[in-house]
Amino acid sequence: MALTGVLRPGHVQMRVLDLEESVKFYRDVVGLVETGRDKQGRVYFKTWDERDHNSFIIRQAATAGLDFYAFKVADKATLDKFDADLRAYGLKTERIAAGDLLETGERVRFQIPTGHLIELYAEKTDVGNGLSYLNPEAWTGLAEKGIAPIRMDHILLYGPDIDGARKIFEDVLGFYLVEHVVLEDDKTDLAIWLSCSTKAHDLAFVRHPEPGKVHHVAFQLESWERVLRAADIMAMNKVNIDIGPTRHGITRGTTIYAFDPSGNRFETYCGGYASYPDWQPIKWTMDEVGRGIFYHNRKLNDTFLTVVT
Amino acid sequence: MSNYLITIEDSGESYRQRGERNLLEGMAALGRKGIPSGCCGGGCGVCKVEIVSGSYRKRAMSRAHVSAEDEAQHRVLACRIWPTSDLTLKVLGKMGKNLCRERGGEASRS
Repeated sequence: MALTGVLRPGHVQMRVLDLEESVKFYRDVVGLVETGRDKQGRVYFKTWDERDHNSFIIRQAATAGLDFYAFKVADKATLDKFDADLRAYGLKTERIAAGDLLETGERVRFQIPTGHLIELYAEKTDVGNGLSYLNPEAWTGLAEKGIAPIRMDHILLYGPDIDGARKIFEDVLGFYLVEHVVLEDDKTDLAIWLSCSTKAHDLAFVRHPEPGKVHHVAFQLESWERVLRAADIMAMNKVNIDIGPTRHGITRGTTIYAFDPSGNRFETYCGGYASYPDWQPIKWTMDEVGRGIFYHNRKLNDTFLTVVT
Repeated sequence: MSNYLITIEDSGESYRQRGERNLLEGMAALGRKGIPSGCCGGGCGVCKVEIVSGSYRKRAMSRAHVSAEDEAQHRVLACRIWPTSDLTLKVLGKMGKNLCRERGGEASRS
């Protein structure tokens, strides 16, 4: 079997300042499907096309930002193996009981040197996407409701020791480097894009003095046309757009960045190439980083680079 | 809705905006400058201001950037404040420095 170990990004839990305002935003504007609420008051969503019960979870808190980001692994034996490997590597891990998150099995949680909490899990209930597993149609009505992304795709995290984080993902969890931006000293990475699959990125980091910050959670769309449609929907709903629609040089994705009602940035994203573990990483230098990040106007943008939650 | 006169003490800039727009939207919609603009959702803290005079409506803003004491002292985020009278404010927040220089500096220190 080809894809073993870590399969894909699975769920992310974000803090919001006003729960019902955010539920309305993610349901009606982003077009996620609400799949449940738990006793702690957390609200669970998935995209219309995702089959597992949830991929995006929000809770009300006094601060915005990220609680944790999780990857689904192949099976329970793989989960146990990664837990042991992470401990052998010198990290503390914590087991969180099945059912703590709705319809989700046991989770292994650990903190990486950028200050973020990362989780692994093997089981989440398949609730389906509304299409049959036998001779299905191509899409459902939910595919047209709001921005209606296909999947929760990746996250960009900001924190200090991105080299330490990279080592864990590469050496223990089997990720590989796809692209990186290198500072003027030609040694230090400013930013790294990592993949556990054939996607151009499943996870990215930018070096940043404060730990545990999140730059954005990305949702994948089907086409550039859908990215433009997303921009229209954002305009109609007075969503604060950070930048776009535009294209990245890095990963080649077409994109819009915008903020949710609590100031958490999200991306609606399409494209990017397919990479494989034998991929030779692409390197960007600081004098071309403007083009790397925003391919069309080739300039850095202060808000995009410095505003995080 | 009423129009209110907003004065930014730092620059002496003043403009009139509608009460249904928050302070940051009001400024940006007129193409005015003075208050740094970030996430516009109360999460990032970039647009922190001190309301020197005037009244306003407010909504939840991140405790990471506005403490209870701040809030009591009218040190708030411009994106979560809706004027209910003429207002005078001072700018407290700022945009992070240029990324290349900041990160380059950090890297050379490590």
